[in-house]
Amino acid sequence: MNNYRVIEVKQSVFEDNNKDAEKLRSQMKEEKTLLINLMSAPGSGKTTTLTKLIENLKTDMKIGVMEADIDSDVDAETISYTGAKVIQLHTGGMCHLDAEMTRQGVRELGTEGLDLVVLENVGNLVCPAEFDTGAGLNMMILSVPEGHDKPLKYPLMFEVCSAMIINKTDVLPYFDFDMKKVEEFAKKRNPNIRLFPISAKTGEGIDELSAFIREKVKEWKN
Amino acid sequence: MHELGVVFHIADSVEKIAKENEAEHIRKVVLEIGEVSTVIPEYLIDVWNWNCKRTEMLLDCELVVEKINAVTFCQSCEKNYPTVKYGKTCPYCGSEETYLLTGNEVNIKEIEVD
Repeated sequence: MNNYRVIEVKQSVFEDNNKDAEKLRSQMKEEKTLLINLMSAPGSGKTTTLTKLIENLKTDMKIGVMEADIDSDVDAETISYTGAKVIQLHTGGMCHLDAEMTRQGVRELGTEGLDLVVLENVGNLVCPAEFDTGAGLNMMILSVPEGHDKPLKYPLMFEVCSAMIINKTDVLPYFDFDMKKVEEFAKKRNPNIRLFPISAKTGEGIDELSAFIREKVKEWKN
Repeated sequence: MHELGVVFHIADSVEKIAKENEAEHIRKVVLEIGEVSTVIPEYLIDVWNWNCKRTEMLLDCELVVEKINAVTFCQSCEKNYPTVKYGKTCPYCGSEETYLLTGNEVNIKEIEVD
Protein backbone atom coordinates (compact mmCIF):
# COMPACT_ATOMS: atom_id res chain seq x y z
CA MET A 1 0.00 0.00 0.00
CA ASN A 2 1.35 3.39 -0.98
CA ASN A 3 0.17 5.46 1.90
CA TYR A 4 2.42 8.47 1.92
CA ARG A 5 2.25 12.27 2.01
CA VAL A 6 4.33 14.91 0.28
CA ILE A 7 5.32 17.88 2.41
CA GLU A 8 6.42 21.01 0.59
CA VAL A 9 9.44 22.44 2.37
CA LYS A 10 11.05 25.11 0.16
CA GLN A 11 13.84 26.12 2.48
CA SER A 12 17.54 26.59 2.06
CA VAL A 13 19.75 23.93 3.63
CA PHE A 14 21.66 26.81 5.24
CA GLU A 15 18.54 28.40 6.74
CA ASP A 16 18.70 26.63 10.12
CA ASN A 17 22.40 27.36 10.36
CA ASN A 18 21.83 31.04 9.57
CA LYS A 19 19.21 31.23 12.34
CA ASP A 20 21.56 29.53 14.83
CA ALA A 21 24.31 31.95 13.78
CA GLU A 22 22.11 35.01 14.37
CA LYS A 23 21.18 33.70 17.81
CA LEU A 24 24.81 33.16 18.79
CA ARG A 25 25.77 36.61 17.44
CA SER A 26 23.16 38.38 19.57
CA GLN A 27 24.17 36.33 22.62
CA MET A 28 27.83 37.35 22.17
CA LYS A 29 26.77 40.97 21.62
CA GLU A 30 24.85 40.94 24.90
CA GLU A 31 27.82 39.43 26.69
CA LYS A 32 30.07 42.07 25.06
CA THR A 33 32.48 39.45 23.74
CA LEU A 34 33.65 39.86 20.15
CA LEU A 35 33.92 36.55 18.34
CA ILE A 36 36.29 36.61 15.37
CA ASN A 37 36.16 33.80 12.82
CA LEU A 38 39.67 33.49 11.40
CA MET A 39 39.90 31.55 8.15
CA SER A 40 42.62 30.64 5.67
CA ALA A 41 44.17 27.81 3.70
CA PRO A 42 46.33 25.32 5.65
CA GLY A 43 49.82 26.61 6.34
CA SER A 44 49.11 30.32 5.85
CA GLY A 45 50.18 31.06 9.43
CA LYS A 46 46.91 31.37 11.38
CA THR A 47 48.37 30.04 14.64
CA THR A 48 51.64 31.99 14.39
CA THR A 49 49.74 35.21 13.58
CA LEU A 50 47.40 34.58 16.49
CA THR A 51 50.33 34.02 18.86
CA LYS A 52 51.83 37.41 17.89
CA LEU A 53 48.45 39.15 18.18
CA ILE A 54 47.78 37.71 21.63
CA GLU A 55 51.21 38.86 22.87
CA ASN A 56 50.36 42.36 21.64
CA LEU A 57 46.77 42.50 22.91
CA LYS A 58 46.80 40.52 26.16
CA THR A 59 47.70 43.47 28.38
CA ASP A 60 44.53 45.38 27.37
CA MET A 61 41.99 42.58 27.05
CA LYS A 62 41.04 39.06 28.08
CA ILE A 63 41.35 36.66 25.15
CA GLY A 64 40.06 33.17 24.44
CA VAL A 65 40.87 30.92 21.49
CA MET A 66 39.01 28.00 19.93
CA GLU A 67 41.20 25.89 17.68
CA ALA A 68 39.23 23.88 15.15
CA ASP A 69 40.84 21.00 13.31
CA ILE A 70 39.86 17.66 11.94
CA ASP A 71 42.32 16.04 14.34
CA SER A 72 45.24 16.71 16.78
CA ASP A 73 45.76 19.43 19.37
CA VAL A 74 49.11 20.86 18.25
CA ASP A 75 47.61 24.32 17.65
CA ALA A 76 45.90 24.49 21.03
CA GLU A 77 49.18 23.57 22.69
CA THR A 78 51.03 26.34 20.81
CA ILE A 79 48.40 28.90 21.81
CA SER A 80 48.37 27.75 25.45
CA TYR A 81 51.96 29.07 25.85
CA THR A 82 50.66 32.63 25.30
CA GLY A 83 48.56 32.38 28.46
CA ALA A 84 45.27 32.81 26.55
CA LYS A 85 42.33 30.59 27.47
CA VAL A 86 42.19 27.90 24.79
CA ILE A 87 40.26 24.80 23.74
CA GLN A 88 40.66 22.44 20.83
CA LEU A 89 37.57 21.48 18.81
CA HIS A 90 37.53 18.43 16.58
CA THR A 91 35.20 18.56 13.62
CA GLY A 92 35.07 14.78 13.15
CA GLY A 93 36.11 14.83 9.51
CA MET A 94 34.21 17.94 8.52
CA CYS A 95 35.86 20.68 6.54
CA HIS A 96 34.31 23.61 8.38
CA LEU A 97 32.57 24.70 11.58
CA ASP A 98 28.89 25.59 11.63
CA ALA A 99 27.02 27.78 14.10
CA GLU A 100 25.93 24.90 16.35
CA MET A 101 29.48 23.56 16.69
CA THR A 102 30.70 27.09 17.39
CA ARG A 103 28.02 27.53 20.07
CA GLN A 104 29.13 24.30 21.74
CA GLY A 105 32.73 25.53 21.61
CA VAL A 106 31.76 28.87 23.14
CA ARG A 107 30.02 27.03 25.98
CA GLU A 108 32.92 24.69 26.56
CA LEU A 109 35.48 27.51 26.52
CA GLY A 110 33.41 29.63 28.91
CA THR A 111 33.47 33.11 27.39
CA GLU A 112 32.19 35.07 30.39
CA GLY A 113 34.45 38.02 31.10
CA LEU A 114 36.37 37.61 27.85
CA ASP A 115 36.66 40.64 25.55
CA LEU A 116 37.77 38.72 22.50
CA VAL A 117 37.38 35.13 21.33
CA VAL A 118 39.12 33.97 18.18
CA LEU A 119 37.82 30.92 16.39
CA GLU A 120 40.59 29.46 14.27
CA ASN A 121 38.55 27.68 11.61
CA VAL A 122 39.63 24.57 9.70
CA GLY A 123 42.30 25.40 7.11
CA ASN A 124 40.27 25.66 3.90
CA LEU A 125 39.29 28.54 1.60
CA VAL A 126 36.06 26.97 0.35
CA CYS A 127 33.65 25.48 2.89
CA PRO A 128 34.14 27.71 5.95
CA ALA A 129 33.01 30.68 3.84
CA GLU A 130 29.63 29.05 3.27
CA PHE A 131 28.70 28.45 6.88
CA ASP A 132 27.98 31.45 9.09
CA THR A 133 29.51 30.60 12.48
CA GLY A 134 27.78 33.43 14.35
CA ALA A 135 31.00 35.44 14.60
CA GLY A 136 30.83 39.23 14.85
CA LEU A 137 33.77 39.61 12.49
CA ASN A 138 35.17 37.42 9.73
CA MET A 139 38.85 37.70 8.84
CA MET A 140 41.04 35.68 6.53
CA ILE A 141 44.76 35.23 5.97
CA LEU A 142 46.32 34.87 2.55
CA SER A 143 50.03 34.14 2.62
CA VAL A 144 52.45 35.34 -0.04
CA PRO A 145 53.42 31.85 -1.35
CA GLU A 146 49.75 31.11 -2.15
CA GLY A 147 49.71 33.78 -4.86
CA HIS A 148 47.77 36.98 -5.54
CA ASP A 149 45.13 35.29 -7.71
CA LYS A 150 43.26 33.62 -4.82
CA PRO A 151 40.46 36.25 -4.60
CA LEU A 152 39.55 35.29 -8.17
CA LYS A 153 39.56 31.56 -7.42
CA TYR A 154 37.76 31.58 -4.07
CA PRO A 155 35.50 34.64 -4.38
CA LEU A 156 33.06 33.80 -1.56
CA MET A 157 35.83 33.76 1.08
CA PHE A 158 36.78 37.34 0.15
CA GLU A 159 33.14 38.46 0.02
CA VAL A 160 32.34 37.33 3.57
CA CYS A 161 35.49 38.76 5.22
CA SER A 162 35.89 42.31 6.55
CA ALA A 163 39.64 42.03 6.72
CA MET A 164 42.29 40.24 4.72
CA ILE A 165 45.68 39.71 6.32
CA ILE A 166 48.52 39.18 3.87
CA ASN A 167 51.05 37.14 5.80
CA LYS A 168 54.69 36.23 5.13
CA THR A 169 55.64 39.59 3.58
CA ASP A 170 59.24 38.73 4.57
CA VAL A 171 59.41 36.29 1.63
CA LEU A 172 58.01 38.78 -0.94
CA PRO A 173 61.39 39.08 -2.74
CA TYR A 174 61.29 35.36 -3.60
CA PHE A 175 57.76 35.20 -5.04
CA ASP A 176 55.92 36.88 -7.92
CA PHE A 177 53.23 38.09 -5.54
CA ASP A 178 51.71 41.40 -6.69
CA MET A 179 50.37 43.53 -3.81
CA LYS A 180 48.50 45.89 -6.14
CA LYS A 181 46.82 43.04 -7.98
CA VAL A 182 45.74 41.22 -4.84
CA GLU A 183 44.11 44.42 -3.61
CA GLU A 184 42.40 44.98 -6.95
CA PHE A 185 41.11 41.38 -7.10
CA ALA A 186 39.91 41.36 -3.49
CA LYS A 187 38.16 44.74 -3.79
CA LYS A 188 36.41 43.60 -6.93
CA ARG A 189 34.72 40.93 -4.78
CA ASN A 190 34.34 43.12 -1.71
CA PRO A 191 34.94 46.90 -2.01
CA ASN A 192 34.97 47.32 1.81
CA ILE A 193 37.60 44.70 2.62
CA ARG A 194 40.56 46.03 4.70
CA LEU A 195 44.07 44.82 3.86
CA PHE A 196 46.80 44.21 6.44
CA PRO A 197 50.21 43.13 5.09
CA ILE A 198 52.10 41.46 7.93
CA SER A 199 54.92 39.08 8.70
CA ALA A 200 54.05 36.99 11.74
CA LYS A 201 57.69 35.90 11.75
CA THR A 202 59.36 39.34 11.89
CA GLY A 203 56.44 41.15 13.54
CA GLU A 204 55.98 43.60 10.66
CA GLY A 205 52.44 45.00 10.50
CA ILE A 206 51.30 43.33 13.73
CA ASP A 207 50.83 46.73 15.45
CA GLU A 208 48.47 47.96 12.72
CA LEU A 209 46.48 44.73 12.83
CA SER A 210 46.30 44.86 16.64
CA ALA A 211 45.01 48.44 16.45
CA PHE A 212 42.25 47.32 14.07
CA ILE A 213 41.20 44.51 16.44
CA ARG A 214 41.28 46.84 19.46
CA GLU A 215 38.97 49.21 17.60
CA LYS A 216 36.59 46.36 16.66
CA VAL A 217 36.48 45.03 20.25
CA LYS A 218 35.60 48.56 21.43
CA GLU A 219 32.89 48.94 18.77
CA TRP A 220 31.37 45.58 19.72
CA LYS A 221 30.90 46.70 23.34
CA ASN A 222 28.86 49.77 22.34
CA MET B 1 34.50 16.71 2.73
CA HIS B 2 32.04 19.54 2.33
CA GLU B 3 29.14 17.22 1.52
CA LEU B 4 29.29 15.61 4.96
CA GLY B 5 28.34 18.86 6.69
CA VAL B 6 25.64 19.59 4.13
CA VAL B 7 24.15 16.10 4.59
CA PHE B 8 24.00 16.54 8.38
CA HIS B 9 22.17 19.86 7.89
CA ILE B 10 19.68 18.32 5.47
CA ALA B 11 19.09 15.31 7.75
CA ASP B 12 18.51 17.55 10.80
CA SER B 13 16.10 19.80 8.88
CA VAL B 14 14.00 17.06 7.31
CA GLU B 15 13.78 15.06 10.55
CA LYS B 16 12.54 18.18 12.33
CA ILE B 17 9.95 18.85 9.62
CA ALA B 18 8.80 15.21 9.62
CA LYS B 19 8.34 15.25 13.40
CA GLU B 20 6.38 18.52 13.18
CA ASN B 21 4.10 16.77 10.68
CA GLU B 22 3.80 13.68 12.88
CA ALA B 23 5.41 11.41 10.34
CA GLU B 24 7.33 8.31 11.37
CA HIS B 25 9.51 7.80 8.36
CA ILE B 26 10.88 9.83 5.45
CA ARG B 27 10.95 7.90 2.19
CA LYS B 28 12.19 10.58 -0.17
CA VAL B 29 13.84 14.01 -0.04
CA VAL B 30 13.89 16.28 -3.08
CA LEU B 31 16.62 18.92 -3.24
CA GLU B 32 17.20 21.79 -5.63
CA ILE B 33 20.89 22.37 -6.22
CA GLY B 34 22.29 25.26 -8.21
CA GLU B 35 24.97 24.60 -10.81
CA VAL B 36 27.48 26.84 -9.02
CA SER B 37 26.53 25.94 -5.44
CA THR B 38 29.84 24.06 -4.73
CA VAL B 39 27.83 20.96 -3.77
CA ILE B 40 28.49 17.95 -6.00
CA PRO B 41 25.28 15.88 -6.29
CA GLU B 42 27.06 12.51 -6.78
CA TYR B 43 29.14 12.95 -3.60
CA LEU B 44 26.14 14.25 -1.73
CA ILE B 45 24.08 11.16 -2.59
CA ASP B 46 26.93 8.83 -1.53
CA VAL B 47 27.23 10.54 1.85
CA TRP B 48 23.44 10.67 2.17
CA ASN B 49 23.10 6.90 1.67
CA TRP B 50 25.74 6.28 4.32
CA ASN B 51 24.03 8.66 6.77
CA CYS B 52 20.55 7.12 6.22
CA LYS B 53 21.70 3.85 7.73
CA ARG B 54 22.21 5.62 11.03
CA THR B 55 18.59 6.51 11.91
CA GLU B 56 15.27 4.72 11.60
CA MET B 57 13.55 7.87 10.43
CA LEU B 58 15.75 7.99 7.32
CA LEU B 59 16.23 4.27 6.65
CA ASP B 60 16.38 3.68 2.85
CA CYS B 61 15.35 7.28 2.21
CA GLU B 62 16.00 8.28 -1.39
CA LEU B 63 17.68 11.61 -2.16
CA VAL B 64 16.64 13.20 -5.46
CA VAL B 65 18.53 16.18 -6.83
CA GLU B 66 16.97 18.66 -9.24
CA LYS B 67 19.44 20.98 -10.94
CA ILE B 68 18.93 24.77 -11.05
CA ASN B 69 20.71 26.49 -13.95
CA ALA B 70 23.10 29.28 -13.06
CA VAL B 71 22.13 32.61 -14.64
CA THR B 72 24.02 35.90 -14.29
CA PHE B 73 22.59 39.39 -14.85
CA CYS B 74 24.67 42.15 -16.44
CA GLN B 75 24.06 45.59 -14.91
CA SER B 76 25.62 47.39 -17.88
CA CYS B 77 23.54 45.97 -20.75
CA GLU B 78 20.77 44.44 -18.59
CA LYS B 79 20.92 41.03 -20.25
CA ASN B 80 20.97 37.57 -18.66
CA TYR B 81 23.54 34.96 -19.63
CA PRO B 82 24.57 31.42 -18.56
CA THR B 83 27.12 31.65 -15.72
CA VAL B 84 28.91 28.33 -16.22
CA LYS B 85 29.96 29.22 -19.77
CA TYR B 86 30.90 32.90 -19.31
CA GLY B 87 31.63 33.44 -15.59
CA LYS B 88 31.77 37.02 -14.26
CA THR B 89 32.23 38.69 -17.67
CA CYS B 90 29.16 39.52 -19.79
CA PRO B 91 29.43 37.85 -23.25
CA TYR B 92 27.33 40.65 -24.85
CA CYS B 93 29.16 43.80 -23.73
CA GLY B 94 32.27 42.59 -21.86
CA SER B 95 31.25 44.27 -18.60
CA GLU B 96 32.23 42.79 -15.24
CA GLU B 97 29.44 44.62 -13.42
CA THR B 98 27.43 41.44 -13.10
CA TYR B 99 25.74 39.43 -10.39
CA LEU B 100 24.37 35.92 -10.00
CA LEU B 101 20.57 35.65 -10.32
CA THR B 102 20.19 31.92 -9.71
CA GLY B 103 22.52 28.96 -9.36
CA ASN B 104 23.96 28.97 -5.82
CA GLU B 105 20.90 27.41 -4.16
CA VAL B 106 20.95 24.34 -1.95
CA ASN B 107 17.25 24.03 -1.13
CA ILE B 108 15.09 21.31 0.33
CA LYS B 109 12.14 21.36 -2.06
CA GLU B 110 9.88 18.70 -0.58
CA ILE B 111 9.85 15.46 1.36
CA GLU B 112 7.72 12.33 1.13
CA VAL B 113 6.76 10.76 4.43
CA ASP B 114 4.78 7.77 5.68
